[in-house]
Amino acid sequence: MKLKKLPAAIALATATLLTAAIPARAQYSGDVIKIGIITDMSGLYSDIDGQGGVEAMKMAVADMGGTINGKKVEILYADHQNKADVAAAKAREWFDTQGVDMLIGGTTSSTGLSMSAVAKEKKKVFIAIGAATSALTNEQCSPYTVHWAYDTVALAKGTGNAVVKAGGKTWYFLTADYAFGAQLQNDTAEVVKAAGGTIVGSVKHPLSASDFSSFLLQAQASKAQILGLANAGGDTINSIKAANEFGITKTMKLAGLLIFITDIHSLGLKTTQGMYLTDSWYWNRDAETRAWGRKFFEKMKRMPTSVQAADYSATLQYLQAVKAIGTDDPDKVLAHMRKTKINDIFAKGGWIRDDGRMVHDMYLMQVKSPDKSTEPWDYYNVVETIKGEAAWTTKAESKCALWK
Amino acid sequence: MEIFGIPLQAFLGQLMLGLVNGSFYAMLSLGLAVIFGLLGIVNFAHGALYMIGAYVAWLAMDKFAVGFWWALLLAPLIVGALGAAIERTLLRHLYRIDPIYGLLLTFGLALIAEGIFRDHFGVSGQQYEVPELLQGATNLGFMVLPNYRAFVVFASLLVCLATWWVIERTRLGSYLRAGTENPALVQAFGVNVPMMVMMTYAAGAGLAAIAGVLAAPVIQITPLMGSNLIIVVFAVVVIGGMGSILGSILTGLALGLIEGLTKVFYPEASSIVVFVIMAIVLIIRPAGLFGKEA
Repeated sequence: MKLKKLPAAIALATATLLTAAIPARAQYSGDVIKIGIITDMSGLYSDIDGQGGVEAMKMAVADMGGTINGKKVEILYADHQNKADVAAAKAREWFDTQGVDMLIGGTTSSTGLSMSAVAKEKKKVFIAIGAATSALTNEQCSPYTVHWAYDTVALAKGTGNAVVKAGGKTWYFLTADYAFGAQLQNDTAEVVKAAGGTIVGSVKHPLSASDFSSFLLQAQASKAQILGLANAGGDTINSIKAANEFGITKTMKLAGLLIFITDIHSLGLKTTQGMYLTDSWYWNRDAETRAWGRKFFEKMKRMPTSVQAADYSATLQYLQAVKAIGTDDPDKVLAHMRKTKINDIFAKGGWIRDDGRMVHDMYLMQVKSPDKSTEPWDYYNVVETIKGEAAWTTKAESKCALWK
Repeated sequence: MEIFGIPLQAFLGQLMLGLVNGSFYAMLSLGLAVIFGLLGIVNFAHGALYMIGAYVAWLAMDKFAVGFWWALLLAPLIVGALGAAIERTLLRHLYRIDPIYGLLLTFGLALIAEGIFRDHFGVSGQQYEVPELLQGATNLGFMVLPNYRAFVVFASLLVCLATWWVIERTRLGSYLRAGTENPALVQAFGVNVPMMVMMTYAAGAGLAAIAGVLAAPVIQITPLMGSNLIIVVFAVVVIGGMGSILGSILTGLALGLIEGLTKVFYPEASSIVVFVIMAIVLIIRPAGLFGKEA
């Protein structure tokens, strides 16, 4: 009799244990919180994000105490070499076999779009940070994608408006010949026209062109007042260098449409002084950003870019949400994040819109002259804070089906 | 007056710029041609050596306040010594086997060098000023030419002609050429062939370094600067005929001009025009325009 009951008792006990175990596993998949970043770790954009981005994420994990409700937080990183197919394959592998709960997408628009598509299919949280294209929250918006730092529309609105207001009515574009360049040019051209300016012409250059002088002479021949640089990284740096050398800057004013602080660092203030630019964050803006910037500097020996600060912010906000609701279930975490105001070193009073845009202030800045700069990396004056909604795509302009 | 719908002035300006870029191509492809012609090594590390040359100039200025003119002398010596070390320790073992191994080895070396510099200095680039003597620009009437760019054309033509003269017109050059034809025989005449081969690779590396120093003030100094350029330079060498010195100089200049004109008429194609020409040349003359049929 006793022996007959034993198997049943074991079965019952196991069942009890099992039911006890199931909710625990549902709360934190894999019993660990895994966050990953796929970005340019070795190529031309690796100073903008790269190892510094990973370090910023680690700082966020450390600020959360290293664990969330007793569960370990793990960070994974991989190099996508700026190739959309590599990024998508890695994202798929991580979601399928590594149990990654949240993915941060680094630089380059094409990789951002391809990872966003994979995350949508797998129903996982994807936070795009280094990618510029506004398509992430417009034509190709997804319920699982949040666009955190900046986009081509915000850059265009910030710099485009400011330059036209300052008297730069006629524009000529020097544009990188790929998706991002074309998008940035179009977005800026619309802003310029709406503000009463005109577009005189444009020239497309191949990515990583070896020499820009020829394109610049064509731009100069157009007699436009403003040369809009719809390119990024090394291409922008080499265009600005050549523009100074060939005396283009004597007859035209340059408007860099996507400039990071690392670009200014590499060009020097003598070459770039007076230039307007729009960015989502600047380390030397207030006491709080300065303190965080210096902490980052101690680790990386360079000041953080806006993208790296956003890596920190996104990781921190995600972990806070996971902690608050006690689960890493993607839908529940995203629902919580959408109704929580974002307040950290990156954004004040930010919120996530239905199209996935994290709405926060953008900053129009002007590069300081060398004698006004008091220390290394002290490069900008904040000329204007572009408040929340004014910076981004409006509901009327949006083509996102989720925001109607 | 207009040429194909483009004002004559703009046209002349673009030709001038093509000449400037062409002289860079010529100088880089010259080093490759020397190394391939005399050692039979397809030197994929050439871009990395060019990059290191630029970094030597920058480091000399940044850390030791050594200016451009000294760097122009120092960089080829330092990079040349590095080249000699590479030849003596690594390349030497590959002469008797398939050339593909030399290509793979030098390609690997280039990746390692890029990785080390990237890890150390980051990718966003360093600043280097145009030397004081060459600052400013000259108005040529049809365009404003920076004095520095004019100097680059002059310097690279000088370097190219000097190299050509040494190899084709001097006794040392004749030893070199004989050494590649029949090393054993030349050795029997009492010429130290291994030493000569090592110095040749060092000289090729030095040429790359000179180009690197000349490029430092005008383009971003980054670990990736070599790999951006090396593919085009290889195309130049292939079009000119592998190993032909005069061929690589003339082809470098000509392709700079053609590329410059493409930037005016159809800018989107400017990065591939060189490769289209390469394909056509390979179909019509597989050994290149100035190469000898094997």
